[in-house]
Amino acid sequence: MKSFNIFIVVFLFAFISVNVSAQDVNTLVMKVKNKLDQVNDYTAEGKMKTDIAFIKAPVGGVKVFYKKPNKFKLQRNGGISVLPKGGVSINIGNMIVTTGFTAIDAGFAEIGKVKTRIIKLLPNGDNNDIILSTLYIDEANLLIMKSITSTRENGTYEMEMRYGKFAEYGLPDKVFFSFNAKDYKLPKGITLEFEDTDQATKDKLKGKKGRVEITYSAYEINKGIADSIFK
Amino acid sequence: MWVHLRIELYKIFRKPRTYLAFAAITALIAVIQIGLFVDGKEYTEFVMADFANSFAVDGKILNGYFICYVILQLLLIHVPLLIALIAADMISGEANMGTLRLLLTKPQSRTAIVTAKFLASVIYTLLLLIWIAILGLFVSTMIFGTDDLFIMKSSYVVIVKESDVFWRYAGAFCFAALAMVTVASLGFFLSFFAENSIGPIVATMSVIIVCTILSTMNIPIFNIIKPYLFTTHMITWKEFFDFKVNDANEAIVGSIQYPERIIHSSIVLLVHIIGFAGGAILLFRKKDILS
Repeated sequence: MKSFNIFIVVFLFAFISVNVSAQDVNTLVMKVKNKLDQVNDYTAEGKMKTDIAFIKAPVGGVKVFYKKPNKFKLQRNGGISVLPKGGVSINIGNMIVTTGFTAIDAGFAEIGKVKTRIIKLLPNGDNNDIILSTLYIDEANLLIMKSITSTRENGTYEMEMRYGKFAEYGLPDKVFFSFNAKDYKLPKGITLEFEDTDQATKDKLKGKKGRVEITYSAYEINKGIADSIFK
Repeated sequence: MWVHLRIELYKIFRKPRTYLAFAAITALIAVIQIGLFVDGKEYTEFVMADFANSFAVDGKILNGYFICYVILQLLLIHVPLLIALIAADMISGEANMGTLRLLLTKPQSRTAIVTAKFLASVIYTLLLLIWIAILGLFVSTMIFGTDDLFIMKSSYVVIVKESDVFWRYAGAFCFAALAMVTVASLGFFLSFFAENSIGPIVATMSVIIVCTILSTMNIPIFNIIKPYLFTTHMITWKEFFDFKVNDANEAIVGSIQYPERIIHSSIVLLVHIIGFAGGAILLFRKKDILS
């Protein structure tokens, strides 16, 4: 009987603590969401560096437009830009979702020197493109330090954020975007490159993660943006 | 020699076939430009089909610089035929018409006469390339505008900044001039051995076709001779459109990935030019002129 009572106590304690933890996680997600909700729209200028083994591209200026709830456009200031499909369009509007997902507490981790809470967001439906989203949240400042998003069509994307002047709005100064870069090969008839690439170069091009780094220099927040920009 | 050079240039530009070459280049470039102007979107979609599965490319890929790159890739394979039409006719044409002996009665050394003929064929070759540059680069940029240059190599993609492109074209055209002068000197050399124009023209083209096939075939036995074939080095102009990156994979603007390849290929082509032209001059000095 005594052992049964102990079992009941332990069970109740475990149930209550899981419930409290789940509530904490949902509250935390909501708080972060509310912070990001201060931003109705923004325009940001910055520099974009593409670090993909098989793409040689110069560092170029970019302009980013965002409008609630989910309009996002990244535009290079002149020139040609190459971006992984789907991934870079992850923005503050869709990085954190509060409906149709279940939030699970996954413990703690350090990003840089900041202690973060790991929260996994699982979609309730089967038809969502996002399979799993993991957020690393700085609880003290209510900032998303890192997010890992696994999608059905476009693989897994990792975003790391560094904050500065615009941290009060939850907007990063620097975004590191990494993804698995697939090898690609074109038929030589198209490229007319009959000279084969040497083995050392081929090895260098293989098995490396792609990375896009955007450093924002200026934000214009809640100044209003026309919908025509996103067309 | 200057007078004789002018006479040789006059002779070249009196021949209708000279203008035929310029007309053919104009028509070929116009066909490419019209085709890409009308259906360029489909062309780029086809070329980038594999790449576009994973990446979204934003910007004006189909710009004047890209069109010029396509033109150079296609034309530099065919231009040798047009150069051979003139260069391979320089001595054999005179022999065919029976004017060679008359020409040599002039109070000029044989070396001066044959050098003037060679220089005239070089000038014709350079004018043909300048014409390609005017139509391929300048007219294309006027029609299609300018932007970064997007090049798909067999294993990687290169995006050259707009401000970093023009000098690369200047270098590429200078290198192409060297490659085409090599073709001209080969035609000129072969024209020494025949008394009609058709033979040297066909022989020049045959040599280029055979050597190009040997250069492109990836068979170990041919790999031994590849470095010595001028056709292997004729495509080195593309090296101007590849740049170095630092450890962080950042492009180093104004750099060339393998400048040593350009220098090496230039030396090989120069050796061929000196060999063919020098050989023709030496043989001509001792030739028994019977026609």
